Amino acid sequence: MEQLLHQIAAGLATGGVYASLALALVMIYQATHHVNFAQGELAMCSTYLAWWLIGAGVPYWLAFLITVVVSFFFGVGIERVLIRRVEKAPVLSVVIVFIGMQFILNSLAGWVFGYTIQQFPSPFPEEPPFGNPFINSHELGIVAVTFFVVGLLWAFFRFTPAGLALRGAAANSDSAGLCGIRVGSMLALGWGLAAAIGAVAGMLIAPVVFLDPNMMAGILIYAFAAALLGGIDSPVGAVIGGFMLGVLENLAGAYLIGTELKLTVALVTIVTVLVVKPSGLLGKVVVTRV
Amino acid sequence: MPAPKQLPRWTEQRLIVVAFVLVACVLPFVVSNYRVFQLNMVIITSMALIGLNLLTGYNGQISLGHGAFYAMGAYCTAILIDQFGVPYPIAIVASGVLCMGLGWLFGLPALRLEGLYLALATFALGVCLPQILKYKGIEHWTGGVQGITLIKPDAPFGLPLSADQWLYFFSFGVLLILLWVAHNLITSHTGGAIMAIRDNPLAAAAMGIDLARYKTTTFGISAMYTGIAGGLSALVVQFVAPDSFGVLVSAGFLVGIVVGGLASLSGAFFGALFLQFIPNVADQISKAAPWAIYGVVMIGFVYLMPEGIAGFIRRARASGAHARTKT
Repeated sequence: MEQLLHQIAAGLATGGVYASLALALVMIYQATHHVNFAQGELAMCSTYLAWWLIGAGVPYWLAFLITVVVSFFFGVGIERVLIRRVEKAPVLSVVIVFIGMQFILNSLAGWVFGYTIQQFPSPFPEEPPFGNPFINSHELGIVAVTFFVVGLLWAFFRFTPAGLALRGAAANSDSAGLCGIRVGSMLALGWGLAAAIGAVAGMLIAPVVFLDPNMMAGILIYAFAAALLGGIDSPVGAVIGGFMLGVLENLAGAYLIGTELKLTVALVTIVTVLVVKPSGLLGKVVVTRV
Repeated sequence: MPAPKQLPRWTEQRLIVVAFVLVACVLPFVVSNYRVFQLNMVIITSMALIGLNLLTGYNGQISLGHGAFYAMGAYCTAILIDQFGVPYPIAIVASGVLCMGLGWLFGLPALRLEGLYLALATFALGVCLPQILKYKGIEHWTGGVQGITLIKPDAPFGLPLSADQWLYFFSFGVLLILLWVAHNLITSHTGGAIMAIRDNPLAAAAMGIDLARYKTTTFGISAMYTGIAGGLSALVVQFVAPDSFGVLVSAGFLVGIVVGGLASLSGAFFGALFLQFIPNVADQISKAAPWAIYGVVMIGFVYLMPEGIAGFIRRARASGAHARTKT
């Protein structure tokens, strides 16, 4: 029983990371209807930046903040320079650009920081909170930070004019443009937010999986699965999907198939969701008029 | 439009094909064995690229996981030869048949997935496959992390060829057959249907094209090409292991068809040459350089040369012919 509770707690923690990254994917999907294959690599680069800052003597939370802000502007820059040009291009061109970006970011990180696996510090204390045997402080911290980020985003979309404008641009870019919303800036804003959320996810998972240029490959697959499970156009769904998958992954790893086939769980989830219920748990069912 | 005063187009094309075959037959006798091996890999990669191009370039179904079919073909050949002592030509054919079946099966859920979603599902397939190959339950067949080592077959009938040269001609023969099939396929009515589905699925369905049947069949044929290529690669490299079939193989194939030219058969050679020789050059700069170059080249082609090298040549020839008719 204790073992089971511990597995669920650890699952919720990694689930929080999947949820954050899935949220970043959903942000970009909502704004531009693209699935960002380079999201994991973006997060990895941000994490390296944080690692470098901390190594240079910057306090953890300050480095965290700087990384989030820099990632935001990096995301905006990518949208402005690369993505805008293929906005109306066929899906294949967009996918190719994303995959190309993934290669470039990955090898840049390898070039600058090397391929050696690095330790990444956790800001949370070593000993478990409140002396409980089920969850350690970092895991609890991941869940807390995830909820904090989700809350912040919700407040942004619900209460700020920029959030409303972004929702408008995502829902119907033509009408939004006619209402005087700068749709282009809104798309860039969506990209910036996604990059910032991805940075948070990267910094949270790095103490667990360690830091190297390929750290995000498996996590990105799970984030895809989470986003699809929740419904690719639903932020709430992405968060729920992330937590569900984290727990599912851990339970399946502990009791069913062992840790070697963990990625297969994600593949099976993706294919099953797409075949059985392509709109996911909370996504809008798309009706095409023929 | 007035008829240009030059060789008819089909004669010109045939001349190019004959010249290509002649050069390909002479090459292995004038270069070193290692170069023959490299050229053989170019041939094999071309097959895989033709397979992916049939699916992605001609039919418009995006696959980011064709490395998985390449791996399954390689493993099928390796296991049949290593465990069951099957002669290698039969093992290669078996790889093609197996991958065709698997591709057809994967094409079934793919029917409901369009564009991005299919890219996602195939991406996941490509990422997972090495893990599945390492799985303990099938280790007695796959050899687990260690993989399987094979021996290169010698030339039959006492032909005075080295093992590398023989395999080169063997793969080249297979390539010619596959090219011929692909060429006939895409110039037939079936090919027209396949491309109509890419250009406008709705209109294609309205014209009575059975989308499901054509899409799954294309997926099967595409996987068959890639599987045969994988089987041959196992013979030529003499070794299969899970980690040589990571997601980067699939991504490399995508780079190949983008560079060579989408929806073009001759593009496969340019793509394969690029994939075989550019990383070697780039490796001398840095370990990270090949992938950085791949990335830059991919993005560059999308913006600057969306039809790839084959499209560029086609256009250059067309404008040349145009200039000649004017004078």
